[in-house]
Amino acid sequence: MQTETTYNYKVVRQFAIMAVVWGIVGMLVGVLIAAQLVWPQLNFPQLGEWFHFGRLRPLHTNAVIFAFGGSALFATSYYVVQRTCHTRLFAPGLAAFTFWGWQLVIVLAALSLPLGFTSGKEYAELEWPIDILITLVWVAYAVVFFGTIAMRKVSHIYVANWFYGAFIIAVALLHVVNSAELPVLSAGLLTPKSYSAYAGAQDAMVQWWYGHNAVGFFLTAGFLGMMYYFVPKQAGRPVYSYRLSVVHFWALIFTYMWAGPHHLHYTALPDWTQSLGMIFSLILLAPSWGGMINGIMTLSGAWHKLRDDPILKFLIVSLSFYGMSTFEGPMMSVKTVNALSHYTDWTVGHVHSGALGWVAMVTIGSLYYLIPRLYGKVEMYSKDLVTAHFWIATIGIVLYIASMWISGVMQGLMWRATNPDGTLTYAFVEAVKASYPFWTIRVLGGLLFLVGMLVMAYNVFKTVAGAKPVDAPVLAPAHA
Amino acid sequence: MDINDLRSAVTVAAFLCFLGICVWAYSRAAKPGFEEASRLPFLEDDEPVLANDHKEGN
Repeated sequence: MQTETTYNYKVVRQFAIMAVVWGIVGMLVGVLIAAQLVWPQLNFPQLGEWFHFGRLRPLHTNAVIFAFGGSALFATSYYVVQRTCHTRLFAPGLAAFTFWGWQLVIVLAALSLPLGFTSGKEYAELEWPIDILITLVWVAYAVVFFGTIAMRKVSHIYVANWFYGAFIIAVALLHVVNSAELPVLSAGLLTPKSYSAYAGAQDAMVQWWYGHNAVGFFLTAGFLGMMYYFVPKQAGRPVYSYRLSVVHFWALIFTYMWAGPHHLHYTALPDWTQSLGMIFSLILLAPSWGGMINGIMTLSGAWHKLRDDPILKFLIVSLSFYGMSTFEGPMMSVKTVNALSHYTDWTVGHVHSGALGWVAMVTIGSLYYLIPRLYGKVEMYSKDLVTAHFWIATIGIVLYIASMWISGVMQGLMWRATNPDGTLTYAFVEAVKASYPFWTIRVLGGLLFLVGMLVMAYNVFKTVAGAKPVDAPVLAPAHA
Repeated sequence: MDINDLRSAVTVAAFLCFLGICVWAYSRAAKPGFEEASRLPFLEDDEPVLANDHKEGN
């Protein structure tokens, strides 16, 4: 009987296509705000305040993290959980609600942020009515995902689902705790205003407990779920070490929650809390590299596949960037290093080495695997365009990161330089002036990455156009 | 006993729990189950549903 039903690919298709669309939108805004730093007239002050850097920067971060990354996580988690549990998605109505609800959240974000409605919490700027909608969508997501796992036809829960599951639970916890706020009801539903439930240093601590775990569970655990399914599938061999993946999972879960204070070094946060955050950030290197090694070594003995498979190139290079940024992160959390790096472009470069190098690259590789299969095709319309995308994106990332490293270290050194009499050697504006060339290179790097996404959009369009959506039949496992 | 003793106890318990997971993960008993689980993505032909095309991954 099971063999006659098909997997629910409709919601996977919807999220996969929208991931590409939102990726382009979010990265376009990113390129625009990068250009605004070089050419301030691009803030379009004559049109009003809506296109200012301060209004568009949260739009960029929300769009790339939650619209692009979020859609990709929904798409791949719904695909992976069905296929590795050998069962159709639980509660298809709720699954459809997660798609339309999440799109509504994105549209509301795109409207409210430029209009200036913000709760002022980084990566959690959206105001309270949208926060409530996010909570509803997320509960529905959890019901669909865990309901599907509960209905599985195999005894084991594949490791990718553990990571997706942890991502869903942790993000629910983070969102509800950090978004605890008192709405100003008299401001109205359409012009919302709220105040955080916390105050002072505690508010900052809750915010960065949220902020760093958004990195740890939204941008890491979820995408590691992707890695643990799509890398073995594309390489055609099981993951290098399953027992390492189990230790990797629990080490990450036990450690990540404590690392947030490294965002608040040398602030009003109690000193012991800062040291605690630093220590746990250093410990995080171990599980991060364990996961990276596990992913890359899956290709052990089949390295030749890397030569002519652009999808594997995306996946394996994403793991290299993951290893690089999870080495850089713990290093930057060391207080003495942080004294130089904090508030400089080095942080921005670090974030993008993770966001473009790891998150976007593993997503793009997974989508290139996924999209043809959702439309009854063997592979993408053009493999050459996938290869082209890979190189354009990689060069873009390298330009971006390298320019931010240089400008970041330069800014840090200029800010701390003092004359023999104790006065500052440089005025702040001199560091700004010295940063211009690197900001221009950053625009170029970001632009290249965006061009890569446009190549992808064309390739996806040619793959999908005229193709019939295919829902693969649910197959009974070969052996239980 | 103040609240900080309890906090320390929870931290130590979590650490011991993690060590237990490590020992279990690398024990002989867990191996067959892990091998079975690691093959889960490969239990079925994953290639797209095309009439005459059945290309295996490896």
